[in-house]
Amino acid sequence: MSSHRERVYRTRAIILKRREQGEADRVITLFTPEYGKRVVIAKGVRKPTSRKAGHLEPFTHVNLMLAKGKTWDIITSAQTITSFRRLREDLDRTAYAYYFCELLDAFVQENDPHPELYDLLLTAFRHLETSPNPALTARWYELVLLKHVGFAPQLFHCVQCGEAIRPELNYFSLERGGVLCPSHGEGASGAQPIPLNALKVLRYLQTQPYNHIIRLQLKPSTLRQVEKLTGDYLRFLLERRLKSSKFIHQIRAN
Amino acid sequence: MHGVAEPIQRLIEALERLPGIGPKSASRLAFYILRMPEDQVQDLADAIATLKENIVTCSRCQNLSQTDPCAICSDPARDQHLVCVVEDPLDVVAIERTGVYNGLYHVLHGAINPVEGVGPEDLRVDALLERLEREPIEEIVIATNPNMEGEATAMYLARLLHPKGVRVTRLARGLPVGGDLEYADEVTLSRALEGRRDI
Repeated sequence: MSSHRERVYRTRAIILKRREQGEADRVITLFTPEYGKRVVIAKGVRKPTSRKAGHLEPFTHVNLMLAKGKTWDIITSAQTITSFRRLREDLDRTAYAYYFCELLDAFVQENDPHPELYDLLLTAFRHLETSPNPALTARWYELVLLKHVGFAPQLFHCVQCGEAIRPELNYFSLERGGVLCPSHGEGASGAQPIPLNALKVLRYLQTQPYNHIIRLQLKPSTLRQVEKLTGDYLRFLLERRLKSSKFIHQIRAN
Repeated sequence: MHGVAEPIQRLIEALERLPGIGPKSASRLAFYILRMPEDQVQDLADAIATLKENIVTCSRCQNLSQTDPCAICSDPARDQHLVCVVEDPLDVVAIERTGVYNGLYHVLHGAINPVEGVGPEDLRVDALLERLEREPIEEIVIATNPNMEGEATAMYLARLLHPKGVRVTRLARGLPVGGDLEYADEVTLSRALEGRRDI
């Protein structure tokens, strides 16, 4: 008896993404409360009689049993906790759910536990299921996620002089992750003007609870400005554009 | 690999590029081919060499075929009002095997997968819309896979096709033959309940 290490373990998980592997297998990226992001393999799940397949679709919240494997741990059983069915049956919600997963995936490393992000994604899926305004739910999710990963934008004080931001046309600096007052923002490299209404919405998103946020009645143009700002900021932080955001724009254009 | 003659090494490297073939499998296959009878090796080589030149894409259904239009598209006995949309050429084979479908096909060559960056523009969606203009299509059966990517593709197509005044249907989803109720996930089971039939 040389090893006492458990060969089999249980965990809850959210399915972030998956890709085909070999004849009938899938390599699945999980997000778990205890182990953070983890890449595992599910064998035989592309056969129609697989007992696990339906439980391992993207966005599903599952109870898993896994066995330690050489390259990847192997899923030995899977039982759905919540399938978030309403995310699967509406194209816009599906597109946003993919985006939520990709955004989280982009910010976390494997085997780095973040139980607060796990709870956030579950909460975000629940909100998205019933959201009257998925785009607004997505902005809320972005700002909460940014706060948890330590990149919350500074929206109340100038990142240059520290003075309180006044209600006028200010600037947003991607590099410095926050707002610049007019005297430091005008002409500053990489700083873009931030319309007052967009700034107000961003502050509201950063400080208010979701049930207040989702009641906001915003002009579509204001929501677009906020979306562009958070999108630019995320792209700056991640140094790439998220693939799923392109799809959101495509279905909007139709 | 050291100590392996150059022609063998070349074959090993070529085989390694195939999906699911690692260095070990590749060398095993290469040495097996080396011991095969001359005529079988020639057959294999011919089959590979002529594959690309003998296969074309059917300009109508986008399936891979020896002729353009393909055998199914040029068969007058096929129902010209019915088009079944599938992800891959192998799905056509699977549906043909059932023997219960007598319409035409349209092969998308993939499914929408937002996180992998596969969007509608990477699929043969435009060709489907063009067919709708030219052909007397009355019903489009969406037979993409019953997984999230297939569903997203189906929803996207439905959104695009509904305004065109064509009937859009989706393959029924339910329990697999040989399956086990107890292991069914809730989405499959609830859809099976919704789609129940009189017996």
